[in-house]
Amino acid sequence: MGEDIKEGNQVSQLKGADLEITFGSQFGYLDFVEEITDAITRMVGFDEDTRFWITLSIRESVVNAIQHGNQSDESKKVGIRFQSLPDRLVIFIQDEGEGFDESQIRDPLKPENLLQTGGRGVFFVRSFMDEVAWKLLPGGGMEMRMEKRLNHTKQGEENDN
Amino acid sequence: MTIDTRNVNGITILELHGKVTIGEGSRVIRETIRELLDAGNKNILLNLGDVSYVDSSGIGELVSSYTTVTNQGGQFKLLNLTKKIRELLAITKLLTVFDCYDDEETAVGSFS
Repeated sequence: MGEDIKEGNQVSQLKGADLEITFGSQFGYLDFVEEITDAITRMVGFDEDTRFWITLSIRESVVNAIQHGNQSDESKKVGIRFQSLPDRLVIFIQDEGEGFDESQIRDPLKPENLLQTGGRGVFFVRSFMDEVAWKLLPGGGMEMRMEKRLNHTKQGEENDN
Repeated sequence: MTIDTRNVNGITILELHGKVTIGEGSRVIRETIRELLDAGNKNILLNLGDVSYVDSSGIGELVSSYTTVTNQGGQFKLLNLTKKIRELLAITKLLTVFDCYDDEETAVGSFS
Protein backbone atom coordinates (compact mmCIF):
# COMPACT_ATOMS: atom_id res chain seq x y z
CA MET A 1 0.00 0.00 0.00
CA GLY A 2 1.21 3.47 -0.79
CA GLU A 3 3.91 2.23 -3.17
CA ASP A 4 2.22 3.85 -6.19
CA ILE A 5 1.56 7.14 -4.44
CA LYS A 6 3.83 9.88 -5.66
CA GLU A 7 5.20 11.97 -2.83
CA GLY A 8 5.17 15.73 -3.45
CA ASN A 9 2.06 16.27 -5.53
CA GLN A 10 -0.11 14.38 -3.04
CA VAL A 11 1.12 16.39 -0.09
CA SER A 12 -0.86 19.56 -0.70
CA GLN A 13 -4.04 17.55 -1.17
CA LEU A 14 -3.62 15.86 2.18
CA LYS A 15 -3.00 18.96 4.30
CA GLY A 16 -5.92 19.60 6.59
CA ALA A 17 -7.33 16.18 5.76
CA ASP A 18 -8.63 13.68 8.27
CA LEU A 19 -8.70 9.93 8.15
CA GLU A 20 -10.39 7.80 10.76
CA ILE A 21 -10.42 4.05 11.25
CA THR A 22 -12.13 1.94 13.90
CA PHE A 23 -11.51 -1.73 14.62
CA GLY A 24 -12.02 -4.41 17.26
CA SER A 25 -9.42 -5.12 19.95
CA GLN A 26 -7.31 -7.68 18.11
CA PHE A 27 -3.57 -7.64 17.47
CA GLY A 28 -4.35 -9.02 14.00
CA TYR A 29 -5.13 -5.45 12.91
CA LEU A 30 -1.67 -4.15 13.81
CA ASP A 31 -0.09 -4.87 10.43
CA PHE A 32 -2.99 -3.12 8.70
CA VAL A 33 -2.58 -0.09 10.99
CA GLU A 34 1.13 -0.14 10.21
CA GLU A 35 0.50 -0.04 6.44
CA ILE A 36 -1.99 2.82 6.72
CA THR A 37 0.40 4.78 8.96
CA ASP A 38 3.29 4.24 6.59
CA ALA A 39 1.21 5.44 3.63
CA ILE A 40 -0.05 8.55 5.44
CA THR A 41 3.33 9.55 6.85
CA ARG A 42 4.84 9.08 3.38
CA MET A 43 2.20 11.36 1.83
CA VAL A 44 2.65 13.99 4.53
CA GLY A 45 6.34 14.05 3.70
CA PHE A 46 8.25 12.50 6.60
CA ASP A 47 11.61 10.87 5.86
CA GLU A 48 11.97 7.11 6.09
CA ASP A 49 13.44 6.99 9.60
CA THR A 50 10.78 9.30 11.02
CA ARG A 51 8.05 7.25 9.31
CA PHE A 52 9.39 4.17 11.05
CA TRP A 53 9.35 5.82 14.49
CA ILE A 54 5.85 7.24 14.02
CA THR A 55 4.62 3.83 12.91
CA LEU A 56 6.26 2.21 15.94
CA SER A 57 4.69 4.81 18.26
CA ILE A 58 1.23 4.13 16.85
CA ARG A 59 1.76 0.37 17.09
CA GLU A 60 2.75 0.68 20.76
CA SER A 61 -0.22 2.94 21.49
CA VAL A 62 -2.70 0.62 19.79
CA VAL A 63 -1.28 -2.34 21.73
CA ASN A 64 -1.79 -0.37 24.97
CA ALA A 65 -5.31 0.62 23.91
CA ILE A 66 -6.16 -3.04 23.27
CA GLN A 67 -4.42 -4.55 26.32
CA HIS A 68 -4.76 -1.93 29.03
CA GLY A 69 -7.62 0.26 27.78
CA ASN A 70 -9.97 -2.38 26.41
CA GLN A 71 -8.62 -5.25 28.56
CA SER A 72 -8.30 -7.34 25.37
CA ASP A 73 -12.11 -7.47 25.05
CA GLU A 74 -12.47 -8.02 21.30
CA SER A 75 -15.93 -6.45 21.25
CA LYS A 76 -14.47 -3.13 22.41
CA LYS A 77 -13.26 -0.77 19.72
CA VAL A 78 -10.05 1.11 19.10
CA GLY A 79 -10.24 4.24 16.98
CA ILE A 80 -7.41 6.05 15.24
CA ARG A 81 -7.75 9.47 13.66
CA PHE A 82 -5.03 11.05 11.59
CA GLN A 83 -5.15 14.80 11.20
CA SER A 84 -2.69 16.28 8.76
CA LEU A 85 -1.86 19.94 9.35
CA PRO A 86 0.54 22.11 7.33
CA ASP A 87 3.41 21.69 9.80
CA ARG A 88 2.56 18.52 11.68
CA LEU A 89 0.70 15.24 11.83
CA VAL A 90 -1.63 14.77 14.78
CA ILE A 91 -2.83 11.30 15.74
CA PHE A 92 -5.66 10.50 18.14
CA ILE A 93 -6.05 6.98 19.51
CA GLN A 94 -9.20 6.18 21.40
CA ASP A 95 -10.18 3.17 23.48
CA GLU A 96 -13.15 2.26 25.68
CA GLY A 97 -11.12 2.02 28.89
CA GLU A 98 -11.15 4.02 32.08
CA GLY A 99 -7.77 5.67 31.59
CA PHE A 100 -4.80 5.42 33.88
CA ASP A 101 -2.68 7.48 36.22
CA GLU A 102 0.24 8.81 34.19
CA SER A 103 2.38 9.05 37.31
CA GLN A 104 2.09 5.27 37.76
CA ILE A 105 4.00 4.56 34.54
CA ARG A 106 7.34 3.26 35.71
CA ASP A 107 10.59 4.63 34.34
CA PRO A 108 12.18 1.82 32.28
CA LEU A 109 15.62 3.44 32.63
CA LYS A 110 15.80 3.02 36.40
CA PRO A 111 18.32 0.29 37.26
CA GLU A 112 15.66 -1.79 39.02
CA ASN A 113 13.46 -1.70 35.89
CA LEU A 114 16.16 -2.28 33.29
CA LEU A 115 15.56 -6.03 33.11
CA GLN A 116 11.76 -5.85 33.23
CA THR A 117 10.09 -7.61 30.30
CA GLY A 118 7.44 -4.94 29.80
CA GLY A 119 6.93 -1.24 30.37
CA ARG A 120 8.76 0.32 27.42
CA GLY A 121 5.85 1.13 25.09
CA VAL A 122 4.95 4.58 26.41
CA PHE A 123 8.64 5.37 26.77
CA PHE A 124 9.14 4.71 23.05
CA VAL A 125 6.16 6.91 22.15
CA ARG A 126 7.47 9.76 24.31
CA SER A 127 10.93 9.35 22.82
CA PHE A 128 9.88 9.50 19.19
CA MET A 129 6.88 11.83 19.14
CA ASP A 130 6.98 15.59 19.85
CA GLU A 131 3.85 15.81 22.00
CA VAL A 132 1.97 13.08 23.86
CA ALA A 133 -1.08 13.55 26.08
CA TRP A 134 -4.00 11.52 27.40
CA LYS A 135 -7.47 12.56 28.46
CA LEU A 136 -10.63 10.88 29.58
CA LEU A 137 -13.54 11.54 27.26
CA PRO A 138 -16.78 12.95 28.70
CA GLY A 139 -18.82 10.19 27.05
CA GLY A 140 -16.47 7.45 28.36
CA GLY A 141 -13.24 6.01 27.09
CA MET A 142 -9.81 7.49 26.81
CA GLU A 143 -8.15 9.46 24.08
CA MET A 144 -4.44 9.67 23.49
CA ARG A 145 -3.20 12.54 21.39
CA MET A 146 0.24 12.63 19.86
CA GLU A 147 1.85 14.79 17.26
CA LYS A 148 4.94 14.87 15.13
CA ARG A 149 6.16 18.07 13.55
CA LEU A 150 7.64 18.08 10.07
CA ASN A 151 11.39 18.79 9.85
CA HIS A 152 11.93 18.51 13.56
CA THR A 153 14.77 16.83 15.41
CA LYS A 154 13.67 13.60 17.02
CA GLN A 155 13.35 13.88 20.76
CA GLY A 156 14.74 10.36 21.01
CA GLU A 157 18.10 11.70 19.90
CA GLU A 158 18.05 14.37 22.57
CA ASN A 159 17.12 11.87 25.27
CA ASP A 160 19.85 9.49 24.20
CA ASN A 161 21.79 9.43 27.43
CA MET B 1 8.75 -14.76 12.09
CA THR B 2 10.92 -17.84 11.57
CA ILE B 3 14.11 -19.05 13.26
CA ASP B 4 16.95 -21.04 11.71
CA THR B 5 19.18 -22.85 14.17
CA ARG B 6 22.87 -23.70 13.64
CA ASN B 7 25.58 -24.97 15.89
CA VAL B 8 29.15 -23.65 15.70
CA ASN B 9 31.77 -24.87 18.21
CA GLY B 10 29.11 -25.70 20.77
CA ILE B 11 27.42 -22.31 20.40
CA THR B 12 23.82 -22.32 19.21
CA ILE B 13 23.22 -19.57 16.67
CA LEU B 14 19.59 -18.56 16.20
CA GLU B 15 18.94 -16.61 13.02
CA LEU B 16 15.73 -14.63 13.23
CA HIS B 17 13.82 -13.70 10.09
CA GLY B 18 10.89 -11.30 10.04
CA LYS B 19 9.09 -9.33 12.72
CA VAL B 20 9.83 -9.65 16.43
CA THR B 21 6.63 -8.08 17.67
CA ILE B 22 3.81 -8.73 20.11
CA GLY B 23 2.13 -12.10 19.64
CA GLU B 24 3.76 -14.72 17.46
CA GLY B 25 7.28 -13.28 17.10
CA SER B 26 7.80 -12.99 20.84
CA ARG B 27 6.27 -16.39 21.53
CA VAL B 28 8.45 -18.25 19.02
CA ILE B 29 11.65 -16.87 20.58
CA ARG B 30 10.55 -17.81 24.08
CA GLU B 31 9.69 -21.38 23.08
CA THR B 32 12.92 -21.84 21.13
CA ILE B 33 15.06 -20.63 24.04
CA ARG B 34 13.20 -22.88 26.44
CA GLU B 35 13.72 -25.95 24.22
CA LEU B 36 17.45 -25.17 23.91
CA LEU B 37 17.87 -24.82 27.66
CA ASP B 38 15.93 -28.04 28.28
CA ALA B 39 18.30 -29.82 25.90
CA GLY B 40 21.29 -28.41 27.79
CA ASN B 41 22.33 -25.82 25.18
CA LYS B 42 23.18 -22.80 27.30
CA ASN B 43 25.37 -20.74 24.99
CA ILE B 44 23.10 -18.85 22.63
CA LEU B 45 23.88 -16.25 19.98
CA LEU B 46 20.91 -14.43 18.48
CA ASN B 47 21.44 -13.10 14.95
CA LEU B 48 19.10 -10.12 14.42
CA GLY B 49 20.45 -9.07 11.01
CA ASP B 50 17.34 -10.15 9.12
CA VAL B 51 14.78 -8.78 11.58
CA SER B 52 12.54 -6.30 9.78
CA TYR B 53 10.67 -4.90 12.76
CA VAL B 54 10.87 -4.90 16.56
CA ASP B 55 8.45 -3.34 19.03
CA SER B 56 8.65 -2.93 22.82
CA SER B 57 7.29 -6.45 23.23
CA GLY B 58 10.12 -7.81 21.07
CA ILE B 59 12.70 -5.85 23.07
CA GLY B 60 11.09 -7.27 26.21
CA GLU B 61 11.49 -10.76 24.80
CA LEU B 62 15.22 -10.19 24.24
CA VAL B 63 15.51 -9.10 27.88
CA SER B 64 13.50 -12.11 29.03
CA SER B 65 15.70 -14.48 26.98
CA TYR B 66 18.84 -12.89 28.41
CA THR B 67 17.56 -13.26 31.99
CA THR B 68 16.35 -16.84 31.50
CA VAL B 69 19.61 -18.04 29.91
CA THR B 70 21.83 -16.18 32.40
CA ASN B 71 19.86 -17.51 35.38
CA GLN B 72 20.55 -21.05 34.16
CA GLY B 73 24.27 -20.40 34.03
CA GLY B 74 24.40 -19.83 30.27
CA GLN B 75 25.47 -16.95 28.05
CA PHE B 76 23.14 -15.03 25.72
CA LYS B 77 24.60 -12.63 23.17
CA LEU B 78 23.41 -10.61 20.19
CA LEU B 79 24.80 -10.54 16.65
CA ASN B 80 24.21 -8.05 13.80
CA LEU B 81 21.93 -5.45 15.35
CA THR B 82 20.04 -3.46 12.74
CA LYS B 83 20.29 0.33 12.98
CA LYS B 84 16.75 0.54 14.39
CA ILE B 85 17.27 -2.19 16.99
CA ARG B 86 20.55 -0.59 18.06
CA GLU B 87 18.77 2.73 18.56
CA LEU B 88 15.98 1.12 20.60
CA LEU B 89 18.53 -0.70 22.78
CA ALA B 90 20.52 2.53 23.17
CA ILE B 91 17.63 4.71 24.38
CA THR B 92 16.49 1.97 26.78
CA LYS B 93 20.06 1.61 28.12
CA LEU B 94 20.01 -2.05 27.17
CA LEU B 95 23.15 -1.77 25.06
CA THR B 96 24.95 -1.75 28.39
CA VAL B 97 23.26 -5.04 29.34
CA PHE B 98 23.69 -7.06 26.15
CA ASP B 99 26.96 -8.30 24.73
CA CYS B 100 26.65 -7.33 21.04
CA TYR B 101 28.78 -8.29 18.03
CA ASP B 102 29.00 -7.37 14.36
CA ASP B 103 30.68 -10.51 13.07
CA GLU B 104 29.96 -14.12 13.79
CA GLU B 105 33.52 -15.35 14.27
CA THR B 106 34.30 -12.80 16.98
CA ALA B 107 30.95 -13.46 18.61
CA VAL B 108 31.45 -17.24 18.70
CA GLY B 109 34.99 -16.78 20.02
CA SER B 110 33.74 -14.58 22.85
CA PHE B 111 31.87 -17.39 24.60
CA SER B 112 33.84 -18.79 27.50
